[in-house]
Amino acid sequence: MAGLEIPTWDPETALLIGTILLEAIVLYVGYGGLERLFGPYLMKVLVGGDVDAR
Amino acid sequence: MLDSLLDGLGILGTSPEMLALFVGFGLVVGVLFGFFGMGGSFLVTPALLMLDYEPSVAVGSGMAFVFGTAVIATLKHHDLGQVDYKLGAIMITGTTIGIEAGRASVYYLESLGLAGGIISVAYVVLLGGVGAMVTRDALNSDGGGGIDHEAADQDLSEYEIPEIAKTIQRTVRIPPMVTLRGDVRVSVWVITAVAFATGLLSGFLGVGGGFIRMPAMIYAIGVPVPVAVGTDLFEIVFSGGLGSYLYGQGGGVNLGIVAPLLFGSALGARIGSAATAVVDADGIKIYFGGMLLIGAIAVGIGEIGSYVGSPTLELLGLVLVIGAAVVVSFAILYTTISSLRQKRQQGTTVTD
Repeated sequence: MAGLEIPTWDPETALLIGTILLEAIVLYVGYGGLERLFGPYLMKVLVGGDVDAR
Repeated sequence: MLDSLLDGLGILGTSPEMLALFVGFGLVVGVLFGFFGMGGSFLVTPALLMLDYEPSVAVGSGMAFVFGTAVIATLKHHDLGQVDYKLGAIMITGTTIGIEAGRASVYYLESLGLAGGIISVAYVVLLGGVGAMVTRDALNSDGGGGIDHEAADQDLSEYEIPEIAKTIQRTVRIPPMVTLRGDVRVSVWVITAVAFATGLLSGFLGVGGGFIRMPAMIYAIGVPVPVAVGTDLFEIVFSGGLGSYLYGQGGGVNLGIVAPLLFGSALGARIGSAATAVVDADGIKIYFGGMLLIGAIAVGIGEIGSYVGSPTLELLGLVLVIGAAVVVSFAILYTTISSLRQKRQQGTTVTD
């Protein structure tokens, strides 16, 4: 866990953490889009009809 | 160019079977995280240790995974207006100092040769305590108390502040006072003290600390449950990001582990969080409490195993933790689909 240790600049590690950050944002947006597109169809397959989950 | 970048980041070093395993495990962890809002960090690291990864890679990659998960979850809570950035900023300061104090205590105990034993005992007591509290709460549930996901749909100002938080707000009025989301007015010192105490435990146990910090924010500061969840995640983005960076510098973060785990967990978290709108949370809370209790027993068994030098006992401890997680996430999925089918049948009957 992070404490008061002062990190030094390391471009390779920054790229690594940046990649994880980017992946997280892409997944959030991507899965959100997929849910809107295929959500109703998936509900039909799983439940056998359109159900309002909320 | 892309090959060398991916290779450098560790993606190409992971076999397709392992990638599939990580996606699957990420899915399980994501369902739990999405449903309960916590429980991610203490599952991934033991699993990686079981797969024979170096401890620094297991802890570093586990932390990077928690960081990625927290980013996704914070984005969602931000969209719902459930992140209190003022509270988050104060909490980050207090937590960071607390974590450092916790880490210093570990080094001190290590110099006395007592660290391993005391940390395991603290883990067992804490995990067991929280697990017992959640289970008792779910068994005696009358709609109040505990961490209720249905509260996420409530108006923040309608949320009922726990009695203990009201007492703290009335008695500790040392300026400066701040107003938080949900019209909660509290002394900055109370927030700092809570942040320090939870940071201390977090640094001492080497965990993200969501399962300690979130109840502390609800019961000691009095913030509404959705805000506690959102703000806790916002804080994890910072602590997890910095922690991952520090571990990454030492080669402790393997993208071949983190990327597929995140790929699965982002989907799992969506399913888990959607399930909270369908399933009666109290029923599942019993499973979660049970899972924490099994976790406590598993850590105990693992510790005895390493003390007596029995790899079988150590393995049993880890299998128990992961098995409990898989069972609980399947229970969530099964209950959700059953509830949806029941709802549909009721809807059809009414229409007829």
